[in-house]
Amino acid sequence: MYRILHREDLTPNTHLLRIDAPAVARKAQAGQFVIVMIDEVGERIPLTIADWDRAEGSITVVFMEVGKTTQKLATLHAGDSLHAFIGPLGKPTEIENVGTVACVAGGFAIAVIMPIARALREAGNRIISIMGFRNKDLVFWEDELMAVSDELIVTTDDGSYGRKGLVTEPLRELLETNKDVKRVIAIGPTVMMKFASRTTEPFGVKTIVSLNPIMVDGTGMCGCCRVEVGGKTRFTCVDGPDFDGHLVDWDLLITRQSIYLDEEKRTLDIWSKQQVGVTGCSII
Amino acid sequence: MTEKIKINLNRVSMPKQEPEVRAHNFNEVAQGYTLEMAMEEAIRCIQCKKRPCVPGCPVDIDIPGFIQAIKDGDMPEAVRIMKDKNALPGICGRVCPQETQCEEVCTLAKKGAPIAIGRLERFVADWERKAPDSAVSRGGGRGGFSLPTGRINSPLPFNKSAGKKGSPEGSPRRVAVVGSGPAGLTAAAELAKMGHQVTLFEALHVPGGVLVYGIPEFRLPKEIVREEVEYVKSLGVDLRLNSVIGKIETVDELLAEGYDAVFLGTGAGLPMFLNCPGENLNGIYSANEFLTRTNLMKSYLFPEYDTPIKRSKRVAVIGGGNVAMDSARCALRLGAEEVYIVYRRSRKELPARLEEVENAEEEGIVFKFLTNPKRFIGNDQGWVTGMECYEMELGEPDESGRRRPIIKTGSEFIIDVDMVIVALGTTPNPLIPSTTDGLETTRRGTVVADEETGKTVKDRVWAGGDVVTGAATVISAMGAAKRAAADIDAYLRGL
Repeated sequence: MYRILHREDLTPNTHLLRIDAPAVARKAQAGQFVIVMIDEVGERIPLTIADWDRAEGSITVVFMEVGKTTQKLATLHAGDSLHAFIGPLGKPTEIENVGTVACVAGGFAIAVIMPIARALREAGNRIISIMGFRNKDLVFWEDELMAVSDELIVTTDDGSYGRKGLVTEPLRELLETNKDVKRVIAIGPTVMMKFASRTTEPFGVKTIVSLNPIMVDGTGMCGCCRVEVGGKTRFTCVDGPDFDGHLVDWDLLITRQSIYLDEEKRTLDIWSKQQVGVTGCSII
Repeated sequence: MTEKIKINLNRVSMPKQEPEVRAHNFNEVAQGYTLEMAMEEAIRCIQCKKRPCVPGCPVDIDIPGFIQAIKDGDMPEAVRIMKDKNALPGICGRVCPQETQCEEVCTLAKKGAPIAIGRLERFVADWERKAPDSAVSRGGGRGGFSLPTGRINSPLPFNKSAGKKGSPEGSPRRVAVVGSGPAGLTAAAELAKMGHQVTLFEALHVPGGVLVYGIPEFRLPKEIVREEVEYVKSLGVDLRLNSVIGKIETVDELLAEGYDAVFLGTGAGLPMFLNCPGENLNGIYSANEFLTRTNLMKSYLFPEYDTPIKRSKRVAVIGGGNVAMDSARCALRLGAEEVYIVYRRSRKELPARLEEVENAEEEGIVFKFLTNPKRFIGNDQGWVTGMECYEMELGEPDESGRRRPIIKTGSEFIIDVDMVIVALGTTPNPLIPSTTDGLETTRRGTVVADEETGKTVKDRVWAGGDVVTGAATVISAMGAAKRAAADIDAYLRGL
């Protein structure tokens, strides 16, 4: 069992868990992920590692509530335990000194890009971060990301905080005005990564994305997470999760992410109804 | 009782669930012998002098010995004889291809049906599991066992070399076994029985490897695996789940941290695909994914279990091995109306066990022989709707000795399907070779190891099972693990 040491709500539906997993913490590197199973009947879901503390022996993950498993995960608190916690999986992000790197993150992926930005900066890069949210209420870790960046641009879709619009606009302007940007790291929802990659492609700036397909084992065994990169089938769990965003077949990835939409809806409905009973609320 | 002839040339048949019933449930198909059936079958054994069945068994079980014990009604003795050589009899009794091993060479096979050794092995294992005071299989620990089989539970009677140089009694040697499938469980059990301190690392959240993620419940109930793993643990093996060696620790780190030897039993877990157009459409699974979801994650019980699986109407399984049969029969149980096995050679070349082919056919699986996919066809939502295939014909034998399938030109035709399961085989996961210094691998990704001893070219590292041979059988992996354990033991005693 893997005990939850600490829980924090970053936004109403984005949560942070720090989990006791010394063996994983000893080896974790920026860009890797863990597979988590809440209980014996649970799914195995991948979560990208947001931080680690080798001395404490803990791993920090940040997740957003989307389906049943993440909603169920959000009901856990410090002191609770996870049934399984496997990692660190996948290849770490390539960290090298290229000069200036733009780190672009959407939504809860801010947490995931943090250790990457930190490692890149420690390697001597100048870091320009762009973080995008839907609205002001969802903004978190602005100071934390600023602390590992030389410049930071915040956007919200509705303009309720920072600059109005999507992350792709400041990204384009940045590439137009700053020729020192030699690499872009873009992490967030698949559509955001797709359009960030489209934005950078005309500038020929290498763009690394961290893909998030459906997985089962996370160790190369099942092939559920296969994606096409440069016309070749690759397994995200062992060949990635980082890939060259200009070579990813985004539409295939988006299609494959939708395989279990019906089942996910069904199981979420059942779960939601059960929760109504648990919390004592009545159905309208 | 029928009138007894000197030797009955027919074996006692084993009850099975009726095909029309079992096609809709995941309960075990074969029901096993009753005590009466087992005795009746055991009586057929003539206890011949040559005992060809023993060398026919990859783990050298004293087959005539345990059959004699059944005949004598001494079940504890039958269990003792069995477990002396095989820590996993309930598993082997169910999934070993006895028809090409011990039973094929049975003296009776010359005259009639060979002794049903596999069924008797299964009976002995099941008897022990059901025996009221059997602490062995419940992991009751050492000493908590009152049957004469009690000493099975203790490593000492097997510790033939006790007292010799490097005796583990003084300072136990530490061995890391990587992978808890058939090879790893066997190596761990053997080494523990020899008195060594064994840590067994498993990447998944459940022990058993292919026994739990691959072989379906209806062929090998997971409770059997769980109990036989408990037995291995009761020998003193320290099982560590959720531990991906190569990630959490490398083999070199294990050796540096004080393990005296490492055994790699990591299997062949990487699925092969056809590499033909459309293979990444929704609804196309590797057999590994389909079976892992169904068996390991129990998605046949969705939504009670959280992992989903698609329930499709027309399913094509590509391949002709046991994994293809398992996939097809799972798809049927998940509610498919039509399930095809698409195989590029003919019936004669099917690599699956005959028994499994028969079971599949009884259940209504349709075999499309001499058929090979050319490409997959999808709709505009990205889901597979069909498979364009070639008709094949057989040419001259290839390097495998089987006649090579050749495409008939202009023979393309389309099969309408809404799910495809690719069961073309697997290769070893490159994770360990790629993170271990000085381990030699072949072009197929298998680890190079001595056939007799399992010794790799790397100091203090042994390997056995599918990681060395490529995908093969449970029992051959167990045989290799036993030989490696003996060699590791010899090495450790020399330290």
